[in-house]
Amino acid sequence: MLIRRPPDILSSEITPESVYVNRRSFIRAAAVGTAGLAMGASGLAAGGVDHRRRQEIPARFAEMRSELDEELNSYEAVTTYNNFYEFGTGKEDPHENSGDFRPLPWKVTVGGLCNKPGDYDLDDLLSGLTMEDRVYRLRCVEAWSMVIPWYGFQLSSLLNRLEPTGNARYVMFKTVVRPEEMPGQRRAILNWPYVEGLRMDEAMHPLTILATGVYGLDLPNQNGAPLRLVVPWKYGFKGVKSIVSIDFVEEMPLNTWQEQTPNEYGFFANVNPNVSHPRWSQARERRLPSAFRSHETLMFNGYADQVQHLYAGMDLERWK
Amino acid sequence: MSPRRAILGSKVVLWLGALTPGAWLAVGMYTGALGPNPIEKLTHVTGMTTLVLLLVTLTVTPARRLTGWNPLIKLRRPLGLFAFFYAVVHFSIWFVFDMVFNVGWMLEDIAERRFITVGMAALLVLTPLAVTSTRGWIRRLGKRWVKLHRGIYLAAALGVVHYYWLIKADSRLPLLLGACLAVLLLARTPLVTKRRFPGGPKEDRGAPATRDQGGADGRRSTRVSGSARTG
Repeated sequence: MLIRRPPDILSSEITPESVYVNRRSFIRAAAVGTAGLAMGASGLAAGGVDHRRRQEIPARFAEMRSELDEELNSYEAVTTYNNFYEFGTGKEDPHENSGDFRPLPWKVTVGGLCNKPGDYDLDDLLSGLTMEDRVYRLRCVEAWSMVIPWYGFQLSSLLNRLEPTGNARYVMFKTVVRPEEMPGQRRAILNWPYVEGLRMDEAMHPLTILATGVYGLDLPNQNGAPLRLVVPWKYGFKGVKSIVSIDFVEEMPLNTWQEQTPNEYGFFANVNPNVSHPRWSQARERRLPSAFRSHETLMFNGYADQVQHLYAGMDLERWK
Repeated sequence: MSPRRAILGSKVVLWLGALTPGAWLAVGMYTGALGPNPIEKLTHVTGMTTLVLLLVTLTVTPARRLTGWNPLIKLRRPLGLFAFFYAVVHFSIWFVFDMVFNVGWMLEDIAERRFITVGMAALLVLTPLAVTSTRGWIRRLGKRWVKLHRGIYLAAALGVVHYYWLIKADSRLPLLLGACLAVLLLARTPLVTKRRFPGGPKEDRGAPATRDQGGADGRRSTRVSGSARTG
C-alpha cells in the first residue's frame, strides 16, 4: 500500500533564493563565451579532425576558457574519448561504433507527476528555449577530466514548462534502447535502458543543463545525440545520453550504476575529493591532455559555492 | 626443417611477437595514435601484454609434453622475462604518471585498493623469478630453483584477479584469461600428466633449462632483470 506523505517542498518554493543569487557565477561563465564571440577571433584553438564532422567550429571558441581560466579540451578529444557503454565499453568505442545511430527524428516521452505529459517531438519540446554555450569541467569517476564547451539550455526552463506537480521529488531520465544501432546494447553489459535521476532541486539548479551540442555544433552521436544531461558538479556518469524519456517521480530512482555496483556508486555521485571510490582515489585527477594525474580535484568539481547549499546537513560519505 | 632451425625460427617469432606491443606503443606515442589519454592506453596495453605473456610462458611446458619436442623449453625463459619486462613498464607508468613519484600516495593506493594490492603482489612475486633466471642462479639454487619458480602460478593468478577487479562491467576478457590459466594449471596436475602421458618425462617437470642456453641469452636476461631493479 502506498501512503502519501505531504511534499517536503511546496512547488512554489522550488526555486530557492540561493539559486538566483548564484546566477551571477554562471553568467560569468556564459560571458566568457560572449566575449569570445565579440572578439570574433579568427584561428581555431580546437583544431580537431573528425571524419564525421562537416561543419567548422565557430570562431568564438578560439579564446574561450572556463571561469577558472582553464583551457578547453580540443573538439577531437571531447568527441573521441568518452564512456557511452551503449556503443561499447572502450573509450574510443562510442566514436568508432556510433556511425549507424540515427538521432533524428527524435521523440521524448514525458510522464509521471506533471501536468503536461505526452510524447513530444524534440523540436516542439525545445522550441523557444534559450540556447547558450556553457563551459564546464567534466570529471569522470575514473579520475580523468576535461573542460568542455557544451551548447544547450537550462533544464529548469524545460521542466517548468512541463509543470511538475508538488509531489514530484525526483526527475528520472532514460537513454534510448536501439540494439540494432547501438552495438553495446546487444549484450546485457548493463541493465538497459540506462537510467539516471536528479533530485528536483538539483534538476532545477541553474547549472544543470540539457546539451544539444558541443563546440557550438550538433552533439555527435558518440556524445549522446540529440539530447543529454550535463550536471557539472557530479561525476560524468550522471550525464545520461540520448534521452528518450523524462519522468517526474516521488521515489528516488535506481540509477544504472548504483544498480550494477551498489557498493561503488550511489545516487548523488557528487564530485568529492574526500570520499574515494574503491578503485580510484578521488583526491586527484588527470586533467587531459596532461599525462600526470596530479590535478587536485575540487569539492563539487569547483562548483561548491553554487551547489553546496543543496546538501546542507547531508552526510556526504553516506550519500555517495 | 632441422630442429636447430626450428627453434631459431621460434625464437625470432617470440622476439618479434613480444616486442610488437611495445613498438606499437612507442610509435603511437610519437604519432598521437594512442588517443586523448595515451597514459591510460599505455597502462592497459602493457598490462594486457604482461598477462598474455605469462599465459604463453605457462603454455611451454604442457606444449612440450604434448608434442614431445623438448627444445621448446628454450622459449620459456625469454617469454617469462618479456612478461616481467612489461610488468615493470606497467608499474613504472603508474608510478610516474598516476602516483607522480609520490611514494606516500603509492603506499596508500596499494593499501586501500584491492586491485592494486594484488597487482603489486604479482610484481613482487615475479621479481625474484626474473632475478634468478640466469644460469648462475639456477646452478646455485638447485632444486630450490624449481620450487621458487612455481611462483609464476601465483603471479599469473594474482594478475588475472588484478584485471578482474579493475573492470567496471563486462568481465568477459578477464574471465577468459582466468579460464586459460585454469586449463594451463590443470594440465600440470598429476591427474592429467600421468593419464595422458604415462611414459612422459617426470622429473624434468618445471626443471630449469640449464643446457643449450646461448651466452647471448644469459646476458640479455641479466640486463632485463637489472633494469627492473632500478625501475
